[in-house]
Amino acid sequence: MSRPLRVSEEVLARVVREHAGRLAASLVSLLGDFSAAEDLVQDAVEIALRRWPQEGVPERPDAWLFTVARRRGLDVLRREGNHRAKLEQLRWIRPSPPDDRLRLIFICCHPALSRAARIALTLRVVCGLSTAQIAAAFLVSETTVAQRLTRAKRKITEAGIPYRIPAAEDLPDRLEEVLAVIYLLFNEGYLSSTADRAHARDLVEDAEWLASLLAGLMPGEPEVIGLLALIRLHRARGAARFDAREQLILLADQDRGLWNHQEISAASALLMRAARAHRRPGPYQLQAAIAACHAEADSFEHTDWAQILILYDMLLHLAPSPITRLHRAVALRYAMGPQAALDELTELGPVLRRYPLFHATRAELLRELGHATQARECDRLALALTANPAQQALLERRLNWD
Amino acid sequence: MKYVLMFVETEEYARELEAMGDLEREAAYAAVVRWFADNAGKITHHTHLAPVHTATTVRLPRTGAPIVIDGPFVEGKEVVSGFAEVEVADLDEALKLARSWPACPIVEIRPAR
Repeated sequence: MSRPLRVSEEVLARVVREHAGRLAASLVSLLGDFSAAEDLVQDAVEIALRRWPQEGVPERPDAWLFTVARRRGLDVLRREGNHRAKLEQLRWIRPSPPDDRLRLIFICCHPALSRAARIALTLRVVCGLSTAQIAAAFLVSETTVAQRLTRAKRKITEAGIPYRIPAAEDLPDRLEEVLAVIYLLFNEGYLSSTADRAHARDLVEDAEWLASLLAGLMPGEPEVIGLLALIRLHRARGAARFDAREQLILLADQDRGLWNHQEISAASALLMRAARAHRRPGPYQLQAAIAACHAEADSFEHTDWAQILILYDMLLHLAPSPITRLHRAVALRYAMGPQAALDELTELGPVLRRYPLFHATRAELLRELGHATQARECDRLALALTANPAQQALLERRLNWD
Repeated sequence: MKYVLMFVETEEYARELEAMGDLEREAAYAAVVRWFADNAGKITHHTHLAPVHTATTVRLPRTGAPIVIDGPFVEGKEVVSGFAEVEVADLDEALKLARSWPACPIVEIRPAR
């Protein structure tokens, strides 16, 4: 039975995301053929995306998708007699056990696939995005995405990438790969690195959903909670990050009244609980803790910079990175003054000379210290290096002001 | 599934090997022998190739006579030095074998039929 309602894109995305991955997980288990199962789910999703906007979302979207996928399977899998037989016997699928979706995530994020393939495959198979939706999110052509997916699926089948949860000894590394994919998705959504679109909201939602799913499936892993909290803390500041003309507003200038303080408290509490329960700090928990320090300050001036510096030192100890040192230098500026921060940056110059935020940060510090000409030079370098329109606009404004 | 692990040597690795003292080199060879022994149940076949300076390549153009060239098929800093054919459940197991390989620094894994 269907309710004839007009269905918004958002509702559609949510329903598909909730059910497509489950169905894929069940069908991969049943058929033992990742590629064939994925094709069936994708066909069902595409039919749903066409029909649900007019007909309304069915009362049991999972049963609807299953029926369509099964019928389609009986239709197209004529040659694979084996698959057909399995589908024929199948009347209704049990909801997939949680393990199935976890296996699905691990196969999509397997290190033998390229990063780009892992991202596309996860969005497609776990979140149920169509090829067109993935293409739009990353501003690449549908053909490119389709080829990437086809190649990845062939590699999974032909190279024998297994559909299972990694062995205990491999689990930490493999989980790190999964978290990296979710983090990249979030980053792409939060501040897209490509032109045309400053921020793609959908991907942030997808990343949050994935992190939350993974947190439910792997409750013993505090880093998953760390990433989830990190995403939620950033998302909670979303409304204040852009002005009416899609111009980027810096943290110091954001209207903190627009932040979602309820979500900030909830995410901070979640993070604290995980940190206390496991006592295994990691890079995502530390980044989330830094984000929490910012989000909980009632003004930029009242930010606990000393605490943030300590967290950056811990983070650098666990995961040394020049980008993290750059961020630490910004905190150092507020804790110790612009000259200390500028000295810190000098060492990073050779490594970060292609990184726009390095030059933008130097520009700010130089301007504060009264070196206007050098500052403008740095702003120009930063502008030449960024492709993000909101960042470009901010830098252009700065160049035109002084 | 059947996979072939291709062991690839680099110039740097060859130099390291050369710079080793006798004892050190013996230990390195012993580690390789041990690896083959430890994984004997999975290895169905293996070959160690003679050094690359012994290689001869034959190119077979669509028209005309075959051309014989002194040297490997790609002139590069990385050369295949041996193969092991293994029978394991899936790529993860093949990867585990490759990760534990104690000698040259690159291993390519290919499914084989």
